[in-house]
Amino acid sequence: MDDLRLLVSPSPHIRDTDTTEKIMFAVLLALLPVVAASIYFFRWDAVRVVLLASGSAVATEAIFQRLRKRPVTVADGSALITGVLLGLSVPPTLPSWMVILGSAFAIAIGKQVFGGLGHNPFNPALVGRAFLTASFAKAMTAWTAPIDAVSAATPLAMGPAVSRIPDLFFGSVAGSLGETSALAILLGGIYLFYRGVIDYRIPVGILGSVTVFALLAGQDPVFHLLSGSLLFGAVYMATDMVTSPVTKAGRWIFGIGIGVIIMVIRVWGGFPEGVTYAILFMNAVTPLLNRWTRPRIYGQGVKVSE
Amino acid sequence: MRRVRAFFGGIHPSENKQSTSSTPIQSLPAPATLVVPLLQHVGREAKPLVAKGDEVLKGQLLAEADGKISAPVHSPVSGKVTAIEPRTSASGRSVTSIVIENDGQDNWVEREAHPDPVQLDAKTIVERIQAAGIVGMGGAGFPTAVKLTPPQGVSIDYLIINGCECEPYLTADHRLMVEYAEEIVLGAKLLAKACGARKIIIGVEDNKPDAIASLKEQAGAVDVVALPTRYPQGGEKQLIQALTGREVPSKGLPFQAGCVVQNVGTAYAVTKALRDGEPLISRVVTVTGSVIAEPQNFFVPIGTPFQDLIEAAGGFSQTPGKVVAGGPMMGGAQFDLEAPVTKVTSGVLAFGVDESKTPNPMPCIKCARCVDVCPANLMPLKLEAYGMNEQWDNAEEYGALDCIECGCCTYICPSKRPLLHYIRFAKAEIIESQRRSS
Repeated sequence: MDDLRLLVSPSPHIRDTDTTEKIMFAVLLALLPVVAASIYFFRWDAVRVVLLASGSAVATEAIFQRLRKRPVTVADGSALITGVLLGLSVPPTLPSWMVILGSAFAIAIGKQVFGGLGHNPFNPALVGRAFLTASFAKAMTAWTAPIDAVSAATPLAMGPAVSRIPDLFFGSVAGSLGETSALAILLGGIYLFYRGVIDYRIPVGILGSVTVFALLAGQDPVFHLLSGSLLFGAVYMATDMVTSPVTKAGRWIFGIGIGVIIMVIRVWGGFPEGVTYAILFMNAVTPLLNRWTRPRIYGQGVKVSE
Repeated sequence: MRRVRAFFGGIHPSENKQSTSSTPIQSLPAPATLVVPLLQHVGREAKPLVAKGDEVLKGQLLAEADGKISAPVHSPVSGKVTAIEPRTSASGRSVTSIVIENDGQDNWVEREAHPDPVQLDAKTIVERIQAAGIVGMGGAGFPTAVKLTPPQGVSIDYLIINGCECEPYLTADHRLMVEYAEEIVLGAKLLAKACGARKIIIGVEDNKPDAIASLKEQAGAVDVVALPTRYPQGGEKQLIQALTGREVPSKGLPFQAGCVVQNVGTAYAVTKALRDGEPLISRVVTVTGSVIAEPQNFFVPIGTPFQDLIEAAGGFSQTPGKVVAGGPMMGGAQFDLEAPVTKVTSGVLAFGVDESKTPNPMPCIKCARCVDVCPANLMPLKLEAYGMNEQWDNAEEYGALDCIECGCCTYICPSKRPLLHYIRFAKAEIIESQRRSS
């Protein structure tokens, strides 16, 4: 026993098997149905945009970390997720250089300048999307119809009168690559819920508040839920762990806040769509929500029996 | 049927109890040399009453309590005192210890047995528990007699006997409940009488149906309650919450919620002390883990070095990477095998080299799993950051001192961050600065 070499480390000595890499992989897996639907509806444009956005995101992360002389951590999958999410949230016809630029901006300005994974206050993919919308408004709203690729208006721009609900549900409408098929998004969302990656409170808060708001405003809630990037944002963007609250109460407020802001923009705002700005705004409020919704600590505020 | 409530948070680690949960407890013969530490728990070292060279009998008082938070220590064997010197204990600290050479005769001191100890009055019961050196055997080791004497005017509603054994791997309490239910129930009645509790509840996790059945056979008026299997169900505060719906006030003690909680091992030791006149000189220890050749539960004389215990369990089947005293969630890692079994050693675990490796931490992704599992309802990710950045005021404001150090946060973290480590750091700094300013 002279050669006994025992490791001394603080407790606990056992760990759960789930890891951050596995969580990132689960998110990528959950995006597969959405990627498949985008390829089905928008063909080679979808392949081109998603690949370019992913490649640009991963390359930007690696270059940035190399320049800062930090370990290159692209293997954790988080940059790839940002790239895929950004690719899925732009129109199919967006020029390649804009896709690359937007994705690079998302990683560089949305994530790395804050210190990388876990430190960014805003969802990086939405930062990239907001940047593209502000810089290239025309290209970012050049919508085409699925499959035959002729130019077309989105359901949100046309209004509920001319949109068929089944088309909105399956995705056979004009829109950003990943937003059109509610079915594919729900499949991914259900998987993420059962996998324990997303908290139901955020999407339910968003969808619930949009429904109530639409009913109060005298509009069709089903149309609002299925159109634009609402569902995509509610399932994949708002639920980003890094940029959403850590408390349960905070997540309800976060979700409801996003839903209300989306509807304010849709009903009274100048843009047809407000999901990006609604989530970014609530991202900014997240630290405050965490502070305001601290859980009551065990034994605090308990009366001492005499 | 008593309504069982949920405590906050909690986790479901793999239990890994199957290799020792159905084999009877074996009595381990005392080794040639025993090392009896004079401090085996919180509080002050006992004062030695013997000197080097003295002959001692089994059960003889070796050292007396020094002040209130201290417990006497008795000789686990008959033999000769060969040294009184500092030795490293399982906690890693150096503690004055009495080294005894076993003469193999097993000569007992005179024992004062009592056929029906329930007839004794409360004061006598407390005195004998104190004299027998009994401390909480679930882990913290607080002297039992102190817990049984709450301040004047405080009435105790519940005596809770903790049979949860929620730590993975450990089955010492489990086997004790299966094989010695009669002693545990009698011990519970004695403890209840001592503290004036009106009701007795024995709480057992529902992964031990044989223990529950065995206790119920003996229970009579004692309430045996099955609790959901969820770590840390056996945390004192969590158990009180689950069984009574009450909470122990922040920085307070269980009596402030009208409860006294004692471990099943303690209840057994109380019966041994009052019925049979035997002081606390042995306990059940689970020896297990992936690299232990023949995992087993033993009745072990206190003072037995871990080395002897591991050899009794067939030794190592492969090279060990880590040896832990206690459970895998709260136990302490050992740097050698020389530390002796004490009154609070519930298990000795050995893990292989690969499973002992500490994973590399990644950045926190704010998944909030630590918040979800914290039984104290804290925000461990915040406390970790405050601890890391040495922001003690913030750590205190976010309730660092309410942390029970169960380890759920570190266990669940997908980024493998040592959250509890930094929370402990913050707690120690806060307590130190409070001590300085007072």
